[in-house]
Formats: sequence, structure tokens, C-alpha cells
Amino acid sequence: MKLELREITKRFGALVANDRISLAVEPGEIHALLGENGAGKSTLMNVLYGLYASDSGEILLDGVPQRFTGPGDAMAAGIGMVHQHFMLVPCFTVAENVMLGHEATRFGGFLNLDAARDKVREIADRFGFDLDPDALVEDLPVGVQQRVEIIKALSRDAKVLVFDEPTAVLTPQETDELMGIMRQLRDSGAAIVFITHKLREVREVADRITVIRLGKVVGEASPTATNAELASLMVGRAVELIVHKNPPRLGEVGLAVSELTVIDHHGTHVVKNVSFEVRRGEILAIAGVQGNGQTELTEALLGLQKHVRGSIRLDGVEVSGQSVRHLLDAGVGFVPEDRNEDGLVGDFSVAENLMLDRAHGEPFVKAGSVQQRKLMEFARSKVAEFDVRTQGIDEHVKFLSGGNQQKVVIARELSRELRLLVAAQPTRGVDVGSVEFIHEQIVAARDAGVPVVVVSTELDEVSALADRIMVMYGGHIVGIVPGATSRSDLGLMMAGERMTEGAAA
Amino acid sequence: MSVVTSRASDPVVTIGGETANPVSRKVPIVFTAVTVIAVLAAISARSGDTAFRFTRSSADPTQLPEMHLPVCPTLWVIAVLLAVGTLFAWRRLLVRRKVPMWLVAVYGTLAVIGFLVWAGVGHAIPLVGLLGGALSLAVPLVYGALAGVIGERVGVVNIAIEAQLLSGAFTAAIVSSVTKQPLLALPAAMVTGMLVGMVLAAFSLKYLVDQVIVGVVLNVLVIGLTSFLYSQVLVPHADQLNTPVRLDALPIPLLSDIPVIGPVFFRQTIVVYLMYVAVAVVAAGLFRTRWGLRLRAVGEHPKAADTVGIKVISTRLWNVALAGAIAGLGGTFFTIGSGIAFNKQMTAGMGYIALAAVIFGKWHPIKATLAALLFGFASNLQNTLSVIGSPVPSEFMLMLPYVVTILAVAGLVGKSRAPAASGKPYVKG
Ligand SMILES: Nc1ncnc2c1ncn2[C@@H]1O[C@H](COP(=O)(O)OP(=O)(O)OP(=O)(O)O)[C@@H](O)[C@H]1O
Ligand SMILES: [Mg+2]
Repeated sequence: MKLELREITKRFGALVANDRISLAVEPGEIHALLGENGAGKSTLMNVLYGLYASDSGEILLDGVPQRFTGPGDAMAAGIGMVHQHFMLVPCFTVAENVMLGHEATRFGGFLNLDAARDKVREIADRFGFDLDPDALVEDLPVGVQQRVEIIKALSRDAKVLVFDEPTAVLTPQETDELMGIMRQLRDSGAAIVFITHKLREVREVADRITVIRLGKVVGEASPTATNAELASLMVGRAVELIVHKNPPRLGEVGLAVSELTVIDHHGTHVVKNVSFEVRRGEILAIAGVQGNGQTELTEALLGLQKHVRGSIRLDGVEVSGQSVRHLLDAGVGFVPEDRNEDGLVGDFSVAENLMLDRAHGEPFVKAGSVQQRKLMEFARSKVAEFDVRTQGIDEHVKFLSGGNQQKVVIARELSRELRLLVAAQPTRGVDVGSVEFIHEQIVAARDAGVPVVVVSTELDEVSALADRIMVMYGGHIVGIVPGATSRSDLGLMMAGERMTEGAAA
Repeated sequence: MSVVTSRASDPVVTIGGETANPVSRKVPIVFTAVTVIAVLAAISARSGDTAFRFTRSSADPTQLPEMHLPVCPTLWVIAVLLAVGTLFAWRRLLVRRKVPMWLVAVYGTLAVIGFLVWAGVGHAIPLVGLLGGALSLAVPLVYGALAGVIGERVGVVNIAIEAQLLSGAFTAAIVSSVTKQPLLALPAAMVTGMLVGMVLAAFSLKYLVDQVIVGVVLNVLVIGLTSFLYSQVLVPHADQLNTPVRLDALPIPLLSDIPVIGPVFFRQTIVVYLMYVAVAVVAAGLFRTRWGLRLRAVGEHPKAADTVGIKVISTRLWNVALAGAIAGLGGTFFTIGSGIAFNKQMTAGMGYIALAAVIFGKWHPIKATLAALLFGFASNLQNTLSVIGSPVPSEFMLMLPYVVTILAVAGLVGKSRAPAASGKPYVKG
């Protein structure tokens, strides 16, 4: 089906998020939408999907103007969407989430859960995804939730499919599988819109590229363009795609984890007897397919996991079993993998979110009252420094674009005195220009003598930042290898294959 | 800083390599407390007998003899059994296993029997009357709790249960008095309950007024309105308008002949039978059908439901209306179900107790029903004991239903969580 958007305009108060955007996607075409954080990509797609009503403009399918009053109409017209912010019901199982809205039923309206399970398994197999249809979504790490969100969209045979940053938390292998599926769908005549910040993917799979900046279409690009060309078209300036970092100046052991075991609330051992050390001034990157214990390990470092055995020492002092409050005060910076769930309060302002973990005392709170002036100053400077695109520091965080929300979390965590930085998916959904900046900030923290633990499914990010790389599989450490280890070796290790142990442990 | 490797309050024990669930200590602790009380009661018990009567009247088809229990020995036997149960519960804790539900049930029953024996010394306790009355008192609560469960599950806090019960009671009284057809009064009561539900839905969904506030206002409004109409219209025309024809009890053949159980459960009015059906249908519907899945999705994550094409507002509207109808039906119990004329504020806060049952029942229809039944039982126990005359001070007895409910819930119900979007309006972005 051919999709045409004509002169779509969408305003949020004074902000024009989409300014007369026109876009045409032919059947059998993968059309990539590029643009900085806050450029208006998700907004445009939400208009298409009937979630937002546009202020003006037209949507045409095969030349016929459409009137969508809600997502139900858009879906009925054959449009499907993978949402940037997952639209999953946390306390439902995977199968229930996938079937919701088009449930297969037996006599009397009873759900046919078996059919839903089969559907999930069938699509998951096509991808090479490993997914239990009966797992509760709230128990799944974001990478796995992403798989569910994709399967949900694919389960409905849409003719027009929108993928809004589906690869932000997928591993390279999963991304390749997904791109394979996208090609299959294209070849069977679907029109596909693909939003991503990863230029490799764009060049690999896109047939056409449209670039949006500040709500306007600024141009088209050909998939043969180089990364640097694409990046500069997006951001409007030249972008350094490589992180410059000096060899590490290693200090003493900052973080020492030994024989750490984490048990989740089902009683399963999710981290199994793990030991490692991170020195001051060193970045240890944890790689691995999501769902192999990385999430729980980072949470245990912040005291967020309840059932933990073994020891965690920070500068030689045992901290396991301490409260989160205590650990934050001790200088642990934490970037959670799921910013909406754990990192931000959507109904609080940008400024309030920036002081969220320092709400109990100096410098922002004196005698129980918030020092508004100080907070405003601080927030303004951080918003400028981290290039958070927002209408103002009083804006509710939930109205920020995905990448800008991420920048708020990063800004908060990096603007304290740190003794340890734990960052899970630090650049999730962030545009190339800001990735560069965030990487520089993480390297700066390391050079200031902070031990840093980074968890990322993105191997480029792992290689760019890591002084050493630790690979996890099934809750175990497969190995700890030098930062320069090749992608293919890492890939093997991520599948659980043991390498000869690297430099240090 | 001290070295803490695992938290003292939540020890993790490994069995054969794998670790079992962390288990709560609440049950063993509550059991211990009850056992101690039982032993104290056994020590201090007065001598004498307590009789249990198993038949209501000499007209019952199966006549069972009274059972006489000597107080002291019985209490000791029960205390020992309770102690054994307590030991078993602690043992389960040590091996990190949950105390099975049947044990909790048996334990509770034993404790109740013990209490009856202790409190009824020298008297005869009418068991059928005790249980039957408990069921009766629980009927409006169960209906109200179902209405509350549906409301909260779909994302609307239904504080207006009280208003729905009361308006149902009022309508039923009038319709039954005028038409002399109590069966006609049932749909009429459902319609008024539904109207109250729809007003709640309209204000909270369309005009985004805080749901709790609308609910409370509706309660006050309906109390005021029915009281006004009562004194202005019903009292002067009591003969035509407020002499409701009562619903007859419909004994179910065979089932109603079972001793004790029969008269308690199966010699009831249609309102009670409909309640059994309603509980089963709501429980199955909520978790097994498309209706339930969509309803719960709307109450948990309305935006996600919206993105798969479910109409959030109308789902909420119709289900709140349905909840209102169910509560309205429950309201009929006060008037035509019991053969009593309508009276001012005759629901006496039952709607709020029903709401409590929703929460105690963890937003689950069956558990909420059990909470309502427990409350009914405790209330009727208080009635029965004050009628036969017991050594317990009456002020304490009046507290009993509330104390029992709180203890049972706090002690034995695990952690619970309200539907995530309950009470929150849904506004499209
Ligand atoms: N519901 C809303 N209310 C107010 N402003 C909004 C709302 N949704 C989006 N915006 C604003 O519109 C702009 C465009 O946001 P959008 O989410 O479309 O960006 P995006 O291109 O998808 O960015 P990203 O790559 O970070 O996901 C942002 O400045 C954002 O703050
Ligand atoms: Mg976006």
C-alpha cells in the first residue's frame, strides 16, 4: 500500500513539532526517517497512527484521504507500529500482550491463549528470538520487551509498518534478523518507515532516506552516502564518530565484586557467582544479549536487588546489603536501562527530574524546602550543556522526545561527585551528535578517576568506550577480555562460547 | 560500615543448588499468636458445656441431634491441634515453602470453633442460623465488592457503591410495592444502579473530575435524595409505595436437603442465587475472556490499550455502568430480599465495607467475595453471641467484624497491588 503524508503540521502549544511535513512511501520500499532528538519523527508517526490529531495536513493510503480518529481506525486501514516507548501492559504475559485488541476466542468469548502462544512462537522463530510466551512482561529486561513490541506489530499483517527506533536496545545479531524481516516484508509489498539513530542500519536497509530537523524536512539522502555525510545532514554540523580517548591511567581497585549471586523474585539465580574488579580510571563494558543477567547485576550494584549473596566492595568497603539511598550518597551514579520505569518521573518537570536523587538535602534542599533559584540555575545550565531539547525546564519530562529524556537522566547522574558510575544503555535512543557528547562525558569521568561500568548491547559503543570487556551469558561471566577484542570474538562469547581468558580478571 | 552479605529479614536458603522463593513469616507469627490465645482461653475457661444445633426447625427434613461439647477438654484439644499447625507452619518456613491455603483454612475454622465453644458456654449455638445469617449479611457486600472490582480493574475507583446499593434498595421497594411483582423490581434496581454508575463515569471520564470526589458526592446526593423522597413521598403513601412484596425463598430440590449446607446455601432467594452466578461469571470473565482482557488492559495501561484499537473511554463507561447495575441488584437485598420496607440510609455504610473487601481481596472477585463473607460471618457471630448472651463485653463484640477482617487480611493476605491506572483519567496526548 502506498502511504502519503501531505503537509502535516502538529503543534504542541507554541512548539511546532511538525511543520508542513510531506513524505511518500511506496509499497515495497523501506523509507528511513533520520533526525536529531526532538526533530519530530515520533510525533509524525503518532499522527499517522491516529494517536495525535494533526493541526493540518492529509494522510493518504493508495491515494485515498483517510480520517483517523484513533489508532483503531489506523489499524483497520492496515497501519502497524512499533512504538518507541513500548505499549505493553506490564502485568500481562507476552502472549496476552500480543493478542490484545485482536484476540482469538473460543465459544463464549473465552480467550484462545494457545493460538496466541503459537503465534508468538512462530514469529519469534522467524527472528531467531528466544521468547517465552508465558513470561510476564514486567519481568523482562528492555531488550526482550523490545522483541515483544516488534512481535506484536508483526502479528497483525499490516500493509504499512512503522518501526520507531526498534533497534535501540537490540544486539547486532537481533538487528540483523530484524532487518532481514523488514526486507522480507518489503519484498511482499509492504511500505515501511524505519526510524533509527544508527547509521549503519540506515545504509544497509533503507531504499530512501528523509532527514528531518526542527520539525521540517531538510532533505533526502541516498543510502550510498557516507556515515559522516548522513550525520552532518542530521545534526547540521560535522560529527566525530570516533571517541578520542587516552590510554587509561589505572588507579587502585575501585569496585570489587566477588562471588556475587542474585536471585530474582521467582527464586531463579539470574547472576551466578560472578567476580570482577574495576579500577579507578577504567571503563569496564559488559556485553551480552539482554536477559543474561546484566540488568540484575547493575541493579545489585545499586542495592536494587533484594536477594543478593556475595560481596560488593566500593573502595575497599563492603556495600552489599546497603540501601539505595546510602549507595547514592556514597557516590554511585546509576543510569538505569529503562528510563521511563526507573529513571524519570514523567509528570515532574525537567528541573525536578534533574534533582531527583538529591531531594533530601544540600545543595537543592535547605530546611526541607527546595531552593528554587538554585535549582533553576542548575537545570538551565545542564539543559544547555547536555543539549536537552525542551520547551523549558518546567516542561513535564514525559513530553520530551525519547532521546532528550535519556539526556536528562545522563545529565543528572554525571553532575555529581562520583565514586562509581554504572550506566546501562547510556545512549539508548540518542542521536549521533549527542552520542558523541555522552561518550566524551563518560570518558571524562573515567579520566577523573571514577571506575565506570557500562552495559550495552551495541558493540560499537562497547568497543568505543571499553578498556576491558566482560561478556555475560546465562548469568555467568564468559570472559573478561581487552577492549580491542574483535567483534567476531565478542559475538562468539555472547553466544556463550568461552575464550581463553584475557588480560586480567 | 558493617559487613552485610544478605539481609537478616530475608534469608535465602539454598536447597539442592536451587533457591526457593523467599517466604513471608506472617502466617507462622499469626498462628503463634492465635495458639497462645487458645491456650490462655483453655486455662481460664469456665466449666460447662456448649451445645451446637444443626437444624433450624423441627420442619427440616433431616433432623440431627444437638452436639454437646464440654468446654475445657474441647478447648485443650483445639489448643493442641492449633499448636501442631503452628509448628508445621514454622517448619514450612524453615524449608522455604509456603504454608498451604488449606492449612490456613483448617486452622481458621478450628480457631473459630474454639472461640464459639469458649464464648457459648452454657448455651446452644444455632449453627444454621449463624452461617445462614452470615451469608445474608454478606450478600450486598459481595455484590458491592464485585462492582468495586470491575470498576477498579477498568481504571475507575467506584466509591459510589454505597449510592448504587441504596438506590437499588429504594427502587426495588417502590417497584415491588406498586407492581406486587418482586421479580420486576430486580431489573428496575439494576437500571437505577447503572444510572448512578453512568453519572460517575460521565463526570470522571468526560469532565475529568476526581473520581473519589465524584463518588463521595454521589453517595451524599443519593442518601439525601432517597431520605427526602422517603419522608415526603414514601411515608405518606406507605401503603401503595413502601410495602414491598418480598422475594420468596426458592429451595433447590435435593441440594436444599443436605444438612446444614442445604438450608444455609440452597434455601435462599433468587438474589442470592444470582450472586453465586455473578461471582463465577465475573471471575471467569475477568481472567479468561476477551472482555476481561480488554477491561484489565484499560485499567493497567490505557495508552497501550488505545494503541491496539481498544476504545478506552467507552470501555470504562460501559463497565462502570455494568458495575453500577451489579451493585444496584445487590441493593435489592435490603428491601425485597429481606422483606423490609425502605428506610432512610438503610445501607448503613455497606458500600464502603464492600470497597474495603475489594482491597482486602486484592482486586480479585473471588478473594473479594471471601473477604465479604468473612465480614458477614463476623457480624453475624456478634449478633448471635449477643442474642444467646456471652461473657464477652458487647462493645468488644461490636468491633469483632472489623477486627477479624483486618487481622485476617493483614495477617494472611500477601502483598497486593492496585491496577496501575486505577483512578487516573485518560487524556489523549
Ligand atoms: N505530547 C507532547 N506535548 C508537548 N510536547 C511534545 C509532546 N510530544 C512531543 N513533544 C515535543 O515535540 C518535539 C518532537 O518530539 P518527537 O518525540 O517527535 O521527537 P523525535 O524526533 O522522535 O526524537 P527522538 O529521536 O529523541 O525520539 C520535542 O521537542 C518534544 O518535546
Ligand atoms: Mg522519537
